[in-house]
Amino acid sequence: MTNGEPLKIAIASGKGGTGKTFVATTLFHTLIKRGLQVTLVDCDAEAPNVLEFFNSGKIWEEEVSHQVPVIDTEKCVFCGKCHEYCEYKAIFYLPTMKVIQVMEELCHGCGACSYACEFGAIAEKPVSLGVVSGFLINENSTLIESRINIGVMSPVPLIKAAISKIEPGIAIALFDSPPGTSCPFIQTAARADFIVLVTEPTPFGLSDLRQSVETLRQIDKPCGVIINKASLGNRDVYKYLDQENIPLLLEIPFSREIATAYSSGKMATEAVPALEEQFLQVFSTIKMNYGNSHHQW
Amino acid sequence: METAIISGKGGTGKSSISAAFAMIAGEVVLADCDVDAANLYILFDPEKEEERVYVGGKKAVIDYDLCTNCGLCVDYCRFHAIHTIDGKVEISEVSCDGCKLCARVCPFDAISMVENNLSRMFSGNFRGGKMVYGRLAPGEENSGKLVNMVRAKAKELAKEGNFSHIIIDGPPGIGCAVISAISGVNQVVIVTEPSMSGLHDLKRAVEVTQKFNLNPWVLINKFDLNTEMTVVIENYCRKSGLKIAGKLPFDPIVVDAMVNLKSIPEWAPESEISSRLKKIWRKIVGGKNPC
Repeated sequence: MTNGEPLKIAIASGKGGTGKTFVATTLFHTLIKRGLQVTLVDCDAEAPNVLEFFNSGKIWEEEVSHQVPVIDTEKCVFCGKCHEYCEYKAIFYLPTMKVIQVMEELCHGCGACSYACEFGAIAEKPVSLGVVSGFLINENSTLIESRINIGVMSPVPLIKAAISKIEPGIAIALFDSPPGTSCPFIQTAARADFIVLVTEPTPFGLSDLRQSVETLRQIDKPCGVIINKASLGNRDVYKYLDQENIPLLLEIPFSREIATAYSSGKMATEAVPALEEQFLQVFSTIKMNYGNSHHQW
Repeated sequence: METAIISGKGGTGKSSISAAFAMIAGEVVLADCDVDAANLYILFDPEKEEERVYVGGKKAVIDYDLCTNCGLCVDYCRFHAIHTIDGKVEISEVSCDGCKLCARVCPFDAISMVENNLSRMFSGNFRGGKMVYGRLAPGEENSGKLVNMVRAKAKELAKEGNFSHIIIDGPPGIGCAVISAISGVNQVVIVTEPSMSGLHDLKRAVEVTQKFNLNPWVLINKFDLNTEMTVVIENYCRKSGLKIAGKLPFDPIVVDAMVNLKSIPEWAPESEISSRLKKIWRKIVGGKNPC
């Protein structure tokens, strides 16, 4: 938007299954059709799904790894300082038996053990956490996917890496956020200018929405809400939005056409063309109100 | 017997199905392990007998009376959580991983570690037996450990009260929280939906269960929203030797039950979906392979 910085919009939901990926892909598709330069980043590294909606070729791939210690037992004097310094209990240590072993899956790659060792017994090797890949959608727009390896502790390094790959000069970046309100969600939301929360008008939906809003207030990020499957459920979510003064950006009624199109990997706008205009309206509202503020993280 | 219900991804109907199973099974211990977005307490409003503090890691904090802005901590932090902004060293709480290395390297002892202690574990009675659930405070990490705490409490309650079944409503995803939720259980039910992404998430969830040598049951929810994809999923299950627990239709009763704070069999005991749920539960408990 301004100064070459894209307008960054995260699409989140507190919980999976409310239609977050549906909103992200539909918004992406709608903006691309208008000829805008958009990058969609799939930050749900545990279950990336965005790619399934777009036919596109991979243009690059980058392995994301962290540094894990390798202990040279010839040099090790079994002092146990590395074990003591490891906050993640990733170094198994039995001094009487002269056993010391790194449990790689528990290691966060912080380097505290290397700092602790006074005998030069610790070297480091890279261990893969997952892959970040770029896909070309058309001459203006790209998709970036983060994908964590099964069994890896935290998707956060993948999310950071994926977002850092956004090309300078792109106009709009959309983040399909991971579910929940813990670290992965915060890491995504903290890097966005505005967060679209997708919810359902049910007690579960309201509970998750509340938790998301509280989290976003802690990190001081503005948000608006899209109510999906608006024809089901009750009015409690609407009351909550009123009370908390949170903008309702759009209501999407439950529709079998949308559900069926989406489940076959098709764009919902093919089934319900009116959605396109509505999504464009949502984007205009966000751009008008939040397009010029660029928060630091 | 411990049965975990997982889904690869949230929103497939895992919690509604777990709640239904809990009421069908009779006296159970129900463990809500989706600690990031615990929902079952909304339906069952358990009476709280016990509340425990869960410490979910630590965060580094700078004492600016001691800090000289030397920047050594900035150099050592591998999480890029410390930056010098306008000559002043600042730690981003969002990015801090709690490794304590900055506190150790600081020559002026200006950095200390503060515990995250806002997360909680609750347990008590509900109308189907005993219930345990965790609530992770926003932004706190290590949900796998909180899941372990919830499961340990559930086991304790099951032993004390002679309950034969523990039902675990699992967290979404395939990460450490899910691994904590399924390690050592007797059986896993993966709830899936007939969509491209549903199949994709199912495959990832299956991979996780196979790491634990569990042969999971697959339950296809909302199967009638895309019958073609349902066939694709059934074929995938057959080819991969996965047991199909059954299929549930898309039914507004599921939402109505939730809005009225009831489980499906409580809200609509005579409905088709309730009878299908009962059949599925019997099949799972009986352990018979229908194929």
